[in-house]
Amino acid sequence: MTGLLDARKISVRYGSLAALDAVDLCIHDGQRHALIGPNGAGKTTLLNVLAGSTKPQRGSVRFDGRDIGRLSPAARARRGINRIHQRPAVFPTLTATENVVVAALPRIVPHRRWWLGGRRSAAQHLAGPLLEQMGLTAVAAVPAGHLAHGQRRQLEIAMALAGRPRLLLLDEPAAGLSAIEVGRLVELLQALPRAVAVLLVEHRLDLVYALSDTVTVLRDGQTLAAGAPDEIRTSPLVRQAYADGVT
Amino acid sequence: MRGEVIRRVRGGIAALVLVGLVVAPWVVDDYTTAILARTLALALVGVSVALLTGVAGMPTLGQTAPYAAGAYACAVVGSRVSDVGVVQLAVAAAAGALLAALTVPLVVHARGVIVLMITLAVGELVVVVLGRWRSVTGGTDGLAGIPAVRPFWGLPPLASDQARYLYALVVVATLVGAVLVLLRTRAGLVLRAGRDDETRLRASGHRVALHLSGAHIAAGAIAGAAGSLLVVAQQYVSPADFGFDTSALLLLGVVIGGTASVGGALVGAALVIAVRDWLFGVLPGHAPLVLGALFVATVYLLPTGMNRARGRLRQPEVPSLQPTVSEQPAVAELRR
Amino acid sequence: MTVVAAGTERIDPYLIPALDGVAYGLLVFVAASGLVFCFGVANILNLAHGLLYAIGGYTAAALFDGGWVSLALALGVGVLAAASAGVLLAGLLTPVATGNHLSQALLTFGVALAGGSLLVAAFGPDDPQVQVPAALEGSVLVGGHRYAAYRLVFIVVAAVLAAALYLVVRRTRAGMLVRAAVDDPEMVACLGVSPARIRAGVLAAAGALAGAAGVLGAPIIGPGTGTADTVLLLSLVVVVLGGLGSMAGTLLAALAIGEIQTLGVALLPSAAPFLLFAAMAAVLAVRARGLAGRWRAA
Repeated sequence: MTGLLDARKISVRYGSLAALDAVDLCIHDGQRHALIGPNGAGKTTLLNVLAGSTKPQRGSVRFDGRDIGRLSPAARARRGINRIHQRPAVFPTLTATENVVVAALPRIVPHRRWWLGGRRSAAQHLAGPLLEQMGLTAVAAVPAGHLAHGQRRQLEIAMALAGRPRLLLLDEPAAGLSAIEVGRLVELLQALPRAVAVLLVEHRLDLVYALSDTVTVLRDGQTLAAGAPDEIRTSPLVRQAYADGVT
Repeated sequence: MRGEVIRRVRGGIAALVLVGLVVAPWVVDDYTTAILARTLALALVGVSVALLTGVAGMPTLGQTAPYAAGAYACAVVGSRVSDVGVVQLAVAAAAGALLAALTVPLVVHARGVIVLMITLAVGELVVVVLGRWRSVTGGTDGLAGIPAVRPFWGLPPLASDQARYLYALVVVATLVGAVLVLLRTRAGLVLRAGRDDETRLRASGHRVALHLSGAHIAAGAIAGAAGSLLVVAQQYVSPADFGFDTSALLLLGVVIGGTASVGGALVGAALVIAVRDWLFGVLPGHAPLVLGALFVATVYLLPTGMNRARGRLRQPEVPSLQPTVSEQPAVAELRR
Repeated sequence: MTVVAAGTERIDPYLIPALDGVAYGLLVFVAASGLVFCFGVANILNLAHGLLYAIGGYTAAALFDGGWVSLALALGVGVLAAASAGVLLAGLLTPVATGNHLSQALLTFGVALAGGSLLVAAFGPDDPQVQVPAALEGSVLVGGHRYAAYRLVFIVVAAVLAAALYLVVRRTRAGMLVRAAVDDPEMVACLGVSPARIRAGVLAAAGALAGAAGVLGAPIIGPGTGTADTVLLLSLVVVVLGGLGSMAGTLLAALAIGEIQTLGVALLPSAAPFLLFAAMAAVLAVRARGLAGRWRAA
């Protein structure tokens, strides 16, 4: 079965340690797919392989039917795979608006629109609605380095969306957020456009069950189980895995 | 607050210097005007240094190379082909851009301090080459007797020091204006973003190497154009004009003016060069000593902007964002 | 560089420049190793490095009169003077944040300017000539060719120095610390050694090495107004070409530079000025391609 993203038999070894061992992952258009597992299961490694920052020794990654194994992270971003890092990465000396504009440039703004200064410019046009959606209009002109942690996380999501991605890779987006901010984050993620598929790597199972419609469980570099959240929640195998490993 | 004081002082000095530059020809004598014309040329090179160091995040000690290429190209063209100012300007800019394009593969994959080292080495080596390539550059004697320049077809040649100075002023103002405009475009925004966090920029899908190469070539063109202004001002060019000392002084000027500010770089570079010339006039034996102390003092008193340029804002209320990840790969490269 | 004329022996026009190249290369190696130390261990870009070499050279000019005793004296004083200058630099660099290379570059350049001016004030603007030790003034037959005795002895001495350096780095505790620091400077900080001490120690060692090179190599690269710049440039090229990973890399780069400057010039005299530049460009281009070649252009 092929989907939007099809990873087959991904193997990553570091010396004698197998971080990933023949792992398969299939994500469909618009799917909300969660990747869970105890520490050291290989979740981040798999994410890195999909994003392009780690090269697997074996296996293939196909996006939209085409092999993207040789593509760099930047090239994959241009194809529509956007990644959000564990620590919110924004451009500190650029304003929030400029951050969103930079993120949008490769996919959206046609080359004729080289001029970005001025008021009702392409910049505001693009960034305004997104910032409003994230509740950041008030800080649109503030350098991103001055924003609070939670605001930077929101800005990062705005930036990821600005690139009109087909697939969003989220690496523990709730890390470091307060309870209120997490609630906000869940609202935002639930409101993501249906056209965007999401792969969510998360430790917090409550978020996983609130946000995903498919769950894959990894353990020690191998796929343990995959299916709907309810199945996974009640699976004794998964319970055992979490009991043995350190969550 | 210290940052505020520094900003005010910079603004005040910049205003003074800019006014001074405009009224200079009517206020000072011919000899000083000629020196100021040369200072303007160097200040324009300083602008190219700021473009690379502050905006693109590639600190450089090698902009004297395209500067020299432009100056020699202009001298050769001026003596043999055309005495029209715009033509010489175009040829000089092209020469600077060409040299920059040739050296782009050497620097575009390097980051941070490695760029400093490579550009220093390249700059020095180019000057060595110029000094020994007698057939084209006249070796250490340089090229002299370059005829006076006509700014445009149909205009008379620049006959006085004042005229030459005003020509230089107009060219510098135009080019600086062009740079400021260019910085407002998407390319300028991408450069600034890359300076902040290159990995993040790549993650958004931008072709970083392309933008950095473009910045290098543009900076090379600006420095080349400055070379033509030097020739117009002096009507003479020799390798002595392009030593490593000059690169370091320009970098100092850029830091004094505020690393990421193009206008500040112009003012800062002009100031530093003027101070150097004044010191050599007043204390011929001990000028380097005083200059050296000036370097040390600047480092102690002013933020160099490098920490900011590498994505680590020193804001107390914001936790540190990115560790010096950007620097580590650069040094790690060498460790392989 | 003077070449001792051969009498009726066979003259191989390239052996002598090649040997000259080894001598020059070894000199550059010892001189550059100080900079490699500075940068690799303490993460300091030291643009006053050439000045440290010049201090050694000027000491030789002042104290050396041809005899062995004065050579030993010059060596001792030169090394001490250059090492002290290194410690002074370390002190001046204390307020500068670690890893702020731009500030380091500007500050050390300022010291180099000031220091150079002081040296010229003390010794005059002309380049003092340093002779070869009286006992080594003649020439020696090497495989049927005559060669300057001094150069040969210098090669041996420099090789011994290089070997000693290797042993220190590989076999002693201090050397182990150095290698660890080159791999991971932050880890060494965690080991509890104060960064200020490390800085002072590293810069003193760099000074000692550069100073020794300056004294011993004075007949090859002598003291003068342009010496500091030349040595700094050559050392930088060694760092960029040889990398910081191994002494072998540094040695190879230094020898390559030595050969380019001597044998290369003999082989292609018209291309002489471009050779070093071309070599650097070639190496960097290959390196860059290797680093960027793995992924399709981003």
